Amino acid sequence: MKLELLINQKNYELEAAPDEMLADALRRLGMLSIRKGCDTSCCGLCTVWVEGNPVLSCTMPAFRAQGKTVTTIEGIQPEAEKFARILAAEGSEQCGFCSPGFIMTVIAMKNELKNPSEQAIQHYLAGNLCRCTGYMGQMRAIKTYLGGEVQ
Amino acid sequence: MKWVGKSVSKIDGVAIATGKPLYTEDLTVPGTLVVKLLRSPHAFARITAIDTVAAKALTGVECVLTHQDVPQVRYSNAGQSFPEPSPYDRLILDPIVRYVGDEVAIVAAVDEKTALAALDLIKVEYEIFEPVLALSSAIDHPSVVHPETDLHCNFPIGLEQQRNIASSHTVEIGDLAAELALCDVVVEESYKTQAQAQAMMETFRSFTYLDQSGRLVVISSTQIPFHVRRQLARALQIPATRIRVIKPRIGGGFGAKQTGVCEVYPAIVTLKTGKPAKVVYERKETFIASNSRHATEFKVRMGASRDGIIRVVDIVGLSDTGAYGEHAPTVFAVIGDKTMPLYNKTKAIRYQGHAVYTNKLPGGALRGYGATQGTFVQESTVNKLAATLGMDPTELRLKNLIRETETSLYYKGKKLGSSSLHRCIETGKSMIGWDAKFPRIEQGNKVRGVGMAVTMQGSGIANIDTASAEIRLNDDGFYTVLVGSTDMGTGSDTILLQMAADVLAADMDQFIIHAADTDVSPFDPGSYASSTTYVTGMAVKKAAEELRDKILEQAASVLQVPAEQLQLDGEQCIDQASGKTVSVASIAAAAVVGPDHRQLSAYATFGSPVSPPPFVAGFAEVEVDTETGKVTLLDFVAVVDCGTVINPALARVQTEGGIVQGIGMALYEEVQYDKKGNLQSNSFMTYKIPGRGDVGTVRVAFEESYEPTGPFGAKSVGEVVINTPAPAIVAAIYNAVGVQITDLPVTPEKIFLGMQAQKQA
Repeated sequence: MKLELLINQKNYELEAAPDEMLADALRRLGMLSIRKGCDTSCCGLCTVWVEGNPVLSCTMPAFRAQGKTVTTIEGIQPEAEKFARILAAEGSEQCGFCSPGFIMTVIAMKNELKNPSEQAIQHYLAGNLCRCTGYMGQMRAIKTYLGGEVQ
Repeated sequence: MKWVGKSVSKIDGVAIATGKPLYTEDLTVPGTLVVKLLRSPHAFARITAIDTVAAKALTGVECVLTHQDVPQVRYSNAGQSFPEPSPYDRLILDPIVRYVGDEVAIVAAVDEKTALAALDLIKVEYEIFEPVLALSSAIDHPSVVHPETDLHCNFPIGLEQQRNIASSHTVEIGDLAAELALCDVVVEESYKTQAQAQAMMETFRSFTYLDQSGRLVVISSTQIPFHVRRQLARALQIPATRIRVIKPRIGGGFGAKQTGVCEVYPAIVTLKTGKPAKVVYERKETFIASNSRHATEFKVRMGASRDGIIRVVDIVGLSDTGAYGEHAPTVFAVIGDKTMPLYNKTKAIRYQGHAVYTNKLPGGALRGYGATQGTFVQESTVNKLAATLGMDPTELRLKNLIRETETSLYYKGKKLGSSSLHRCIETGKSMIGWDAKFPRIEQGNKVRGVGMAVTMQGSGIANIDTASAEIRLNDDGFYTVLVGSTDMGTGSDTILLQMAADVLAADMDQFIIHAADTDVSPFDPGSYASSTTYVTGMAVKKAAEELRDKILEQAASVLQVPAEQLQLDGEQCIDQASGKTVSVASIAAAAVVGPDHRQLSAYATFGSPVSPPPFVAGFAEVEVDTETGKVTLLDFVAVVDCGTVINPALARVQTEGGIVQGIGMALYEEVQYDKKGNLQSNSFMTYKIPGRGDVGTVRVAFEESYEPTGPFGAKSVGEVVINTPAPAIVAAIYNAVGVQITDLPVTPEKIFLGMQAQKQA
């Protein structure tokens, strides 16, 4: 089927099979930050925004994004880099493979929650797994990123 | 300029975190064939017929290969220096399949959908055998996992094929029976540890193509490029000169990628078709058909005098190497190597047992590499001894642990270099508040307990791991560092540059580092066995020192002064006597122009006769709900002796990550097979790795020592950090509610049943 998507503020027309997932379609279009880590919707690596909300692109059929705005980390590089520098100062990107999906969720959280508690942050990010860092450094980076806003 | 000891951000950090296309799959080209593998549904069977006609006829299918189409030369996938201790017991495709998931056929097609459809069209007939599924009954089982006559060992490893014994190991020093008889107290316990999955976020993947001269290029997410080259040459029966292996950025390894799991499949497709090919494992394939930590079963006896001097340690048991013997003899040996030296007041010690073949997922390398299992069984027994003696477990350890310059029965006269382990214990006690909290604090149906454990690892493999490094002064006055180590997210590329920059007194942005490409890089075994900081680091340091001397010699001849009088400040060589200077840039430029010049470069190789152990003292505080058996980890404190800390931020996050992986092994990561040998814990739904809400607080401190044989006094940090959580958490639970868990992972059910049994007793 023919789809029209607004990805990173650019119009794309693409031919997608009914069972093609958004993650695969985005990779096909060159958004190579999109990774699949689990095949069971529980690792968060493939997180992108649809209409500004974080979704798992590995289990969202591409056609469901028809006519919608999709944002990948390629589309918000300045803000992603701002947080990535803080993350890297903590060493908490480590292998980096889960970072794009993680960062998409962190920035969505920043947009959505005001003055989140540590518990609220953990809850918001519960779907983003990381096997390298043990999460402590990620939390330190988030606190720095949010400024004095973490209770 | 001083870089060592600074928390420098990883040089690739921002690029990888923001999603730049730098990993294996990102580097594939349009037209790359997609490789999929048909896997055995049976734990043990012989293929009696394969019909590939329909699969080959499917439009878009380029290649279908079975055991009849591939070289029948046995090899090992284990990433080890030649001659590998692991048996050559594997074929690319074998008419006998030895576990559920073993490869039966290779399919390559224009896209994933077609390749998957082709898999469904392959018809296979099997003669099914009785599988060997239990570790305890594997030896002398009626079924022989490896009956073949062409299995090869490079040297004797105690393999007894007909008995399902992959390797045998015995270290026995002193008169065990006599010394046990002299002990006032002897404690005994049996333990089981599970086949933990590495679960790195990037699954196995490789991309292959033929270059302009028809050579096979393999871009792979691997920790071991040079070993993969050698493995492929043997498996594919082509000369190593025809193979180039390149390691791009890697999405985690944890030892999984110290085994050449997937490279051979796209490689043979590319050789057969001439076309680029890639394989990207699904998560389920990564769980069921790669490798894991070796599951083990051990019986431990420990004898001591009444005043708490440990006289005897006896560890006997088995490890499960599954269907293939990758890392079997070495993991088994490391279980003893990294535990037995710790308690050095012993008069008799024994470490004995076998790695055995079963029809399960092969064992492999996972951070800790046996030391994790060994630490769990030994430290749990030390904690049991402390309870039996009525001693504080920290005191028992301070009394018995090896100190700097001391030897140990296991060391046979060799002396321990650096150690701050006793300080680590003192610091950890104070950080966790041990004296106020040990053993328990009861608050209604919630009981809090603290527990602890210590551990050691190594830094590289003594007398085997040898790495080289080359550093060039380029025409434009900056430096290129060439190494073959494989940064998999650890930050090793960054810390190697910190070392080089310190020696050459230069800014880090004056350096580029290249790793790894077997066509270009100097030899390095790869990043495993906690080797890169210590082994490759020393090679980099030596090369940098040699290059510094060459630059100063060159400056001396320009300035017409003795080289000893000169100092390098990074940009300038300064004559201390006259204050005259010559710039490094001008020396670099002059070196590449005109006759009788030579570009300045230095090449160094380092291998160590010792593997200096880093140490950790780990402390856990848990809360157990006595009504449900639920355990909550509140706090984990790890105090680390890794020698000099080269990069505090990276060492800290390595420690936090290792601790959490150890917490996973202790509390969450349950491995379950069904009766037919299907691994059921084969996704993140069924195999739980810790999420960010599952780990409480992890706190890290460093107690630096100075390792005289290491670069800038450094040892290693990568592996040692995973070992203490399981025994420390198990001890904390025991101290809270008196239930001794001896098989991992701990579950609320086991605790609850243990408490019920106590009530009935």
